[in-house]
Amino acid sequence: MPRIVVDVMPKPEILDPQGKAIVGALPRLGFTSFSSVRQGKRFELTVDGEVTEEILAQARDAAETLLSNPVIEDVVNVEVIEA
Amino acid sequence: MTELPLIGEASTVAAEPPLAGARIGVVTFPGTLDDRDAARAVRLAGGTAVELWHADKELGDVDAVILPGGFSYGDYLRAGAIARFAPLMSKIIDAANSDAKLPVLGICNGFQILTESHLLPGSMIKNDHLKFLCRDQVLRVENSNTAWTVDYQAGQEITIPLKNQDGQYIADEKTLDALEAEGRVVFRYVGFNPNGSRRDIAGISNAAGNVVGLMPHPEHAVEAGFGPESLDGVGGSDTDGLGFFTSVLTKIVGGK
Repeated sequence: MPRIVVDVMPKPEILDPQGKAIVGALPRLGFTSFSSVRQGKRFELTVDGEVTEEILAQARDAAETLLSNPVIEDVVNVEVIEA
Repeated sequence: MTELPLIGEASTVAAEPPLAGARIGVVTFPGTLDDRDAARAVRLAGGTAVELWHADKELGDVDAVILPGGFSYGDYLRAGAIARFAPLMSKIIDAANSDAKLPVLGICNGFQILTESHLLPGSMIKNDHLKFLCRDQVLRVENSNTAWTVDYQAGQEITIPLKNQDGQYIADEKTLDALEAEGRVVFRYVGFNPNGSRRDIAGISNAAGNVVGLMPHPEHAVEAGFGPESLDGVGGSDTDGLGFFTSVLTKIVGGK
C-alpha cells in the first residue's frame, strides 16, 4: 500500500537542543566530521488504495495543522512512496 | 490546633458564599496530573471547582476554566498538540475569544495547550539544558491587571514550584517585542532562567488579559506547610500561588 511521507524540521532560526546534544556526543564515539546536527520528525501516512490529488492535499493540510507547529517547525517534504 | 484537610482530598474544603457561587472548571485530559491540585486550589480560594472532561461536547455552566499541568497524550507529537484538538477545547477557544471573555488559565502542560491552540502566541521547546527540572522558582508579577493576577501587586515577587522538560518559551523577535510593548509578559523568572526561555518569560497573556499561561505551578503553593517555604527555605511563602485563584474569583464576583 502506498504511503505519504511527511518530513518536519525545526525552523532554521530556532536552536534545536536535541540536535545540539547529539552533535556533542558524536565526537566521543570517534565521529569527528560533523559540525552540526538538527533533529526532525518523519511521519508515514498509509493510504488504502490509490493516492489521489485530494488525498495528497489532505496530507499537506494535516502536516500544517497537526503534524507540525508553524511557530517552531517547517514541513520540508511531502511525498508519496509506493510500498 | 486546627486540623488541616488532607492533601489531594478535594472534597474536604467547602466553599463559602459569596465566592462559592463562582464556578471554575478544571479540565482533565488523558495524562493530566495536576487536576486534583488545581481543583483543590480553587476550593481553598473560596470558589466551587467543576470537573470537566476533555471529551465533553459542551462547556456547561462555568465562569472560568483551568487547563492543569501534566503530560496530556504522553507529550506525543508535541506537548499539548493532541489535547488541543479535544472536543471541549474548541468550546473553550470560542468562549475565550467571545465577548464574554471567559477567563482561562493554562499551567505548564495547560500553557503548552494554549499555545498549540493559538490562544497565546509562541511555543515551548525542550529546556536548553535538556533535563527535567523541578525546583522552587522565584517569579516577578509583571502585569497585575489580568483576570488571574489582580490580587497581586505589579512587581511583586512570588515563589512557586516549577517542574517541566519542555519549558523553553520561544517566539520570534517581533512577537516578543509586541508582548513586551502591550504588557502581556505577565511573569518573568527572577535570579535564574531555568530553561532558556526568551527574555526570561515565565508566563504571558492574550491581548484582553482573560487568557493567561505560565510554566510554573501556582496550584502547588496554596497551603501553609506544603509550599516552597517549608521545602527548602528559598524564601517567599507557602501560599504565594493562592493569588491566581482568588484573583479570578474577585474578577468573577466583582463583575457579576
